[in-house]
Amino acid sequence: MRDVAIIGAGITQFGEHWERSFRDIGIEAGMKAIADADLSGSEVDGMFIGNMSSGRFINQHHIGALIADYSGMATNHVPATRVEAGEASGGIAFRQGVMAVASGMHDIVVVGGAEKMTDVDDPTSNEIMDTTSDTQWESSLGVTFASLHAMIAKRSIHDGVFTREEMASMSVLDHAHGALNPNAQFRKAINLDTVLRSGPVAEPIGLFDCSPISDGAAAVVLCPLEEAKKHTDSYVKVSAVTQASDTLALFQREDITRFCATTAAANKAYRLAGISSSDIDVAEVHDNYTVSGILALQDLGLFERGKAGKAVLEGQANIGGKVAVNTSGGLKARGHPIGATGVAQIVEVVQQLRGAADKRQVAGARYGLAQNVGGTGSAVTVSILEAI
Amino acid sequence: MVAVSREWREIPGRYNLVGSKCSVCGKIYFPTRSFCPACRRASIGKVEPYSVSRIGEVYTCSIVHDAPECNNSIKPYAVAMVKMSDGVMIAGQLTNVDLGKVAIGMKVRATLRKLDEDGPAGVIHYGYKFVPLEE
Repeated sequence: MRDVAIIGAGITQFGEHWERSFRDIGIEAGMKAIADADLSGSEVDGMFIGNMSSGRFINQHHIGALIADYSGMATNHVPATRVEAGEASGGIAFRQGVMAVASGMHDIVVVGGAEKMTDVDDPTSNEIMDTTSDTQWESSLGVTFASLHAMIAKRSIHDGVFTREEMASMSVLDHAHGALNPNAQFRKAINLDTVLRSGPVAEPIGLFDCSPISDGAAAVVLCPLEEAKKHTDSYVKVSAVTQASDTLALFQREDITRFCATTAAANKAYRLAGISSSDIDVAEVHDNYTVSGILALQDLGLFERGKAGKAVLEGQANIGGKVAVNTSGGLKARGHPIGATGVAQIVEVVQQLRGAADKRQVAGARYGLAQNVGGTGSAVTVSILEAI
Repeated sequence: MVAVSREWREIPGRYNLVGSKCSVCGKIYFPTRSFCPACRRASIGKVEPYSVSRIGEVYTCSIVHDAPECNNSIKPYAVAMVKMSDGVMIAGQLTNVDLGKVAIGMKVRATLRKLDEDGPAGVIHYGYKFVPLEE
């Protein structure tokens, strides 16, 4: 197995891009990443695209071929593979790309993630999100994706894992950092009251506990670590990328106040990278709802169980705190174009480790982590990147 | 729109809470499984149909305000994960209940109700919902 480096990163503005199509945003991110790696494009010999539901959002399947074509890769017959793993599609596409380079099957791989959500109306978008849970035994019974997270929150608050206010502080954290990210969908700081007083979606979850509906795309370019210097002085090492599964339906778990797949993936990642959770300087966690963010911080071992909520409320997860969490703005403020999210997290960690994160730069960041979740913790991927 | 066949083949589970019991280790599963994830190969051919208890207790719950279009007419409505008396956990709606009184620990029983329909000419979906258990 070869060590792998990230030599280029690109991302679009996240938001509601009514004037732009899936292919417009997908190609923009890919071209930015290729330009960032100082490649012409003809060196690319493999592509992986994370996308959850182009079939339902834009009525287009076969987007591997679409992206290969519109990125100019079809003329070279470069293989392009679409990866779907619910909301973890982007992160798991990244893992596929790393494996392709590590194995020696490919040398220069572009990993993209893209989702165009605003070509359908909001209720349809929510119904598509519901399909990442167990459609037959959860959502078709009226148990929405938001309500599954609400029930995790309700039980966690009942069991004393965190309080409602602590949970809400995850949204405040995301908005504080999103305000510093020019590519974020929401660039405005908010206070705790805004979250607590937002309209109910599924009690206790309110509107400001939820990530938005977004369009966006992100991409990175991978190559063998030993080749990286040929292309750029500003590369980042992939120290580990792991993946773990759990039951599709939430109700089949022994304990719903933790995502065991996160812990399984994280423990393996720390071991492969030869570090512990306390070595992590920056972390992008999958907070599709505020509750998921607090659980992630505990399940990743970044904060102790029962103390993560308090830590976020007290600012320990802000830039300058114990570990800087969601410097991009997270899913809540950066936005959550589903298939793009996992790759966008990698792009943010790359920028931090390169020292190129401008106003949101974490001084001296050496190790960065990204955690991307599909469904209610049914598929989790954890990546650890290291500054060179 | 759901094909009639999909609705029809799930009737045992959706109407009557029929799950599976592994006759090797005794573990109960809902919905039904063809083999036991704990016993794996040893359980093949040894998993029997099992009728899950219809009485249980709310383990966690929520009031849904932002509902799919098919449930617009009933929102806000309550959902719960219910721990049945034989230990099986099931997710579903709570109905015939004062939303202000929905809480963890509430005793409920499963009942058959209309869930929604695929438009005026489509399939009407039925399935279990939970109602408060009269003491």
